[in-house]
Parts: sequence; C-alpha cells; structure tokens
Amino acid sequence: MDFTRRNILVLGSGVFAAASFAGVPALASKTDDAIAAFTGGVGVIEGGIDLTAPEIAENGNTVPVAVSAPGAVSIMLLATGNPTPAVATFNFGSLAGSRRGSTRIRLAKTQDVVAIAKMEDGTFRRAGATVKVTIGGCGG
Amino acid sequence: MAKGVKPRVKVPKTAAAGETITIKTLISHKMESGRRKDKDGNFIPRSIINRFVVDFNGQNVIDVTLEPAISTNPYFQFDAVVPDAGEFKFTWYDDDGSVYETSKKIKIA
Amino acid sequence: MELKTLLTSMVIIGFSAGLVSAQADATLAVEGEVISTSASAPAFAENLDTVYSGWRFRKLETRSLQLDDFDNPAFVFVDKGIDLFEKVDGTEGKACASCHEDVEDFAGLRPKMPRVEDGTLVTMENLVNECRTERMGAEPWKYSGGQMTAVTALIGLQSRGMSVNVAFDGDAAPFFERGQELYYQRVGQLDMSCSNCHEDNYGVMIRADHLSQGQINGFPTYRLKNAKLNSAHARFKGCMKNIRATPYKEGGDEFKALELYLAARGNGLSVETPSVRN
Repeated sequence: MDFTRRNILVLGSGVFAAASFAGVPALASKTDDAIAAFTGGVGVIEGGIDLTAPEIAENGNTVPVAVSAPGAVSIMLLATGNPTPAVATFNFGSLAGSRRGSTRIRLAKTQDVVAIAKMEDGTFRRAGATVKVTIGGCGG
Repeated sequence: MAKGVKPRVKVPKTAAAGETITIKTLISHKMESGRRKDKDGNFIPRSIINRFVVDFNGQNVIDVTLEPAISTNPYFQFDAVVPDAGEFKFTWYDDDGSVYETSKKIKIA
Repeated sequence: MELKTLLTSMVIIGFSAGLVSAQADATLAVEGEVISTSASAPAFAENLDTVYSGWRFRKLETRSLQLDDFDNPAFVFVDKGIDLFEKVDGTEGKACASCHEDVEDFAGLRPKMPRVEDGTLVTMENLVNECRTERMGAEPWKYSGGQMTAVTALIGLQSRGMSVNVAFDGDAAPFFERGQELYYQRVGQLDMSCSNCHEDNYGVMIRADHLSQGQINGFPTYRLKNAKLNSAHARFKGCMKNIRATPYKEGGDEFKALELYLAARGNGLSVETPSVRN
C-alpha cells in the first residue's frame, strides 16, 4: 500500500473511529449503571416524558434543561458524556404542583442528556436530547 | 460554611386555595466539582450543595439530589400546590455540613 | 414547557440575511421594559454605522437569561451588593448607606462614567474606593473583586435603560485620545488590536463564538464562563491574554482611558447592568 496523503487520512480516521468505538462501552456502562441503580433493573420505556434542552449550548458551564413527566414520582437527569453521568434527581412530594422541574447544568462536551422518570405505577420512562457544546473563541 | 452563600427565592405573595404556583430559586454557591485543579496541579476538593428540599406547612413539595454537574449558583424552577395560607420552607444542604435556609409566606386571595 | 415559554416570550422580529447578520434583530425587554440594544454610531467611530449591544450577538438561551431579574443570576450578587451597601465598615463607623441613604439616587450616574474630576479620569470603582478610604476609613476593595462588582452592579442597575452618554471632549479629550490610540494599537504575540476583532470582524465567528463589538454598556456583566460578575477591566485583561499580550493593570491609566473610549463608542446604547454574557 502506497502511503499517499489520502491513504494516511483514511487510515487515521479508521484508527480514530476504532478508538472512539472502544470508548463507547465504557461511557455507556456508566450511564447504564446509573439507570440500573435507579430502576432496579426494570425495563425502561421511551415516551411519556419531555426533556427540553438547547440544540447548541453557548457555554457548557450553564445549560438550561427542563424535564416533565406527568405521573412521575421522581425524575433522574443524566449527562452521558460527563466524567460522571449523574446530574440531579427530582423527587416530587405530596404538594408538588406538577411533575416537572428546570435547572442549569454543566456539560463537559457535546453529548446526550437523558431523563428517566419513575412513574406511580412502577414503570420507568426515558427521554433523551443531544446537546452540542461549542468550545468558544473568547467566550468559552 | 462556604463563603458568601446567599439564597434567592421567587414565590407569589398570594394564591387561590388549591392553586398551582411556579417557584424559582437560586443560591450563590461555587459548586466545586472536585475535578478542577489549582495552580499547583492539586485537585480542589469537592464542595457542593448536595440536596435541596422545599416544604409547605410541613408537607413536602420537592426534594432534589444534586450532583457536581449542577452549574455554579444552582437554579431550580418547579410547581407547588397551595392548599392553604402558610409558609414555604427552602433548605439547601452543603457537603461541609452547612445548612442554608429561607422561607416565604403566602396568603390566600 | 417552561423553557420554551421563556424562549418564545422574547420578541423576535426576524433575522436579517445580510453578510453581517450575526447580531440578532431581536428586542430586549427586561422585566417587560424595552431597552434599546442598538444606536447610531458616534461620528468619531468612522468604520461603524450602528453600534450594537453584546446582547445581540448571544444565542437565544443566553439572551433569555437577561429578560427576567430572577432568571438573571447576576441578581444574587446585586442582593449581596445591597447587604454590602448597608454594612458598616472602617474606622468612621459608616456604611455606604450612611451618606447615600437611597441607592436609587444613583440613577443617572452609570451612563456618565468614567468621568474626569480635577484633571483625573475616575471610574465607578474609583468612586467606591474613594468613599471607602476617605469617608469610611475602610480598606479599599480589590478593583475587580466580588465585593466591588456587587456594589458597582447595584449602583449601575439604578440607571438601567438610560442612554450611555459619557463626555469625551474638554477635560476628557486627552484621555479619550489615549483610549483611541490603545484601541487601534496592535499588541501581543498575535499582534492584534481591539479593532481587529471588534470593529473589523464583529458578527463573524471566532471558532464557535460570535464576535461582538466589545461594547461595555452592560458591565459589570455575569459571564456563564466563570459564573460571576466581571468588571470591564477584568474583561479587557481577558482579551489581552487571548492575544498573548501582557495585560495592563486593572484600574491603571491605560484601562481607564480604554474604558472611556469604549464607553463613548457606545454612547446612545442603553445601560444593561447587570447583563448576562457568554
């Protein structure tokens, strides 16, 4: 094989892809572990929960997120690409006026934010959103 | 106690009995994640608010567990039902054992 | 959804499709009161037609934070400023409030700062520290420290919505000219001047960020980057570090002159103190 510039680029991206694939299971398992700890191993259903987050965050230091899941007992927020995925857990009391909450979170890089709701009937719901975190010029 | 911690809460002054109101809270706190390093390259120890609780006349509204991924100066917005006139009690728990409290009264209109 | 409500509560008139379209054509209404975020450029700023507040260059989520005084995290520091304003300090047993009973009396001061007093260019921070050392018998505060920015934010807030209108003629002319010189002076390893970014390239992306005009009508400003109030001089320092230059001293003659020149470039913009920026 001739090591042309193009070939080297292809080779390089292949290595990069392999490296990033290798990284995925480790990250995913941290998130999976956190979800399993929350659900006790019960299966999670998509839907029935809303997660609002900006598509592009101007600064990963302060990213506004909102979760809402009518009928939820509690909602756990996870940032799958942070060094530790846990962000917060909202536990709703008897005087909660709705099953929603908003806060501002830190995201280390572009990643998926995940919300898992524990429902009154014992089931679990999931929603996710990808947030692009820009590395700023002077602001970042 | 972490230095200069100051809470802010926004609660309507009045509500109808049984009304659902929106509450906003913010507290000035560094939320030191434990992952940052100082000038000498040593990790700055974690120091965050790890729990935030809101009660109304002794009944719970919301109880939040906070992790280091919550931004500096933690902000929360949520809804509460106001069955009667009374008082909201807001409590923030710091890693260092400090407890920050504030309260807001609400009347029935 | 609360966040959506917040975002849609902003009155977006529309986006211009021109080459320099980064400054969103949106109206800033703080607590329902409309604040102008653009103005005709002053005659001396020959290369600009219009001056724009930095608010116009930020993304929707950041802009939204400034619409409501509770959502704006700077206000927890304004609250601290109120406590400091009322706190007795120093050998004279006085607080700021001992002389300045009502902080609202400072309405109208922020748009005129910095100003020349007896041949010296004086900033808001200088006024605060002069009161502390001369009248209260207290130690001066650090120029860009948390106590100082809390109090300058509180004082600046009293003028929110008023038009910036600094004097740059007469006594102020030499300081203004010095500031102008500094604005166009290339410095640092990257050999850049303020104008290279903030006049020639505002609205353009610098990596993943929109360059603003570098207006200072919203200072002290709460930055998401460091989650605290930042003085104008601290921001200048940050800019100089970014271009690999040795920063001038906060509170020093160079930055004071630059502050006057920049304030004059923004004459006609509204005071937005305390603003929220990236």
